[in-house]
Amino acid sequence: MSKSTGERQALAPELTAKLQQHSEQLVESVHAGDYSRAMAMISELADVRDQGLYHEVGRLTRSLHEARRNFQIDPRNPEQQEALSKMTDASDRLEYVVKMTGQAANRTMDLVEESMPVARHLQDEAQDLHQQWQRLRRRDMAPTEFRELHARMDRFLAALSTDAGKLYGNLSEVLLAQDYQDLTGQVIQNVITLVRNVEDNLVSLVVMAGHVDQLTGTVHQVEDNQPSAEQGVGPQMMSEQRKDVLSGQDDVDDLLSSLGF
Amino acid sequence: MKILIVDDFSTMRRIIKNLLRDLGFTNTGEADDGNTALPMLKTGKYDFLVTDWNMPGMSGFDLIKHVRADDQLKTLPILMVTAEAKRDQIVAAAQAGVSGYIIKPFTAAVLKEKIEKIFERIQ
Repeated sequence: MSKSTGERQALAPELTAKLQQHSEQLVESVHAGDYSRAMAMISELADVRDQGLYHEVGRLTRSLHEARRNFQIDPRNPEQQEALSKMTDASDRLEYVVKMTGQAANRTMDLVEESMPVARHLQDEAQDLHQQWQRLRRRDMAPTEFRELHARMDRFLAALSTDAGKLYGNLSEVLLAQDYQDLTGQVIQNVITLVRNVEDNLVSLVVMAGHVDQLTGTVHQVEDNQPSAEQGVGPQMMSEQRKDVLSGQDDVDDLLSSLGF
Repeated sequence: MKILIVDDFSTMRRIIKNLLRDLGFTNTGEADDGNTALPMLKTGKYDFLVTDWNMPGMSGFDLIKHVRADDQLKTLPILMVTAEAKRDQIVAAAQAGVSGYIIKPFTAAVLKEKIEKIFERIQ
């Protein structure tokens, strides 16, 4: 919530005026020795504080209702009861992104794993045939071997046509599997918009709550919730602009070699 | 040579497994966090560990500390492959006893180079 060192928000002007007036009268009464009037003033001051508090709680309640309406999670609204709340929807959408990216990665890897042995086999066969072909050109080949080479070349050319077609087909499918970027990109952009709205609404709520804190004199302990570096924090954004983050493998290698690796 | 690959994302395990196979390491095992990996390592069947850092359950960093504290495993070569790129983290990993550190995204060439470097140092 609000930090104790945060800037003080202005009270309503009529409250400030009453506070000033009553506190001056309180000081005057104490100096004049009129203690019963002083007690009355203290009670007046407490009333001012209570009034301000009720006022701010009222505003806080109204803004809470407003925020709930903006989040579309008001359970009394029958239209919205049917629809999932946008917040739950956002989690579902992000799970969809994880699922889509996972599927695309696995589909791509399936196709690559299927294609690699085909390419490797073509390479081996072509190398072998090339050697035989050179022997033929040097006329260093018996007629039986030549007949065998002839048949083998025939099979190779037929296989080459089929296998190249297979590789082409797999590559086209790899290309298609990248459509997840478009679909997940749109979903992520929708979620970003929602998060921005929620953030704006939360900021207004925090400001409202700050007014109440000020009137009640509540000071919150702000806990430091930095994620632990030991558990790991995941990829760093904008690493080029940060001094505590290394921007590539070369930097990591330099750091490690400076440590004696 | 049997290698254990530890990462919480199955796609990343699959990528590393494929790259290792291309480098001639066909005998690999997989685990999705430190809690699963540690008992597998304690069987003594693995000669090399490739681990991510940020995982639910036991993190890769804690796994390294457990491995180095275990008499049977303390000399096991460990290659960290992770998106964690903070200077302090890399220093901490080095002090905890990693044998190599690769940051994601990485290339096949980098993986090959680091693994070869680790083997050079062992021999």
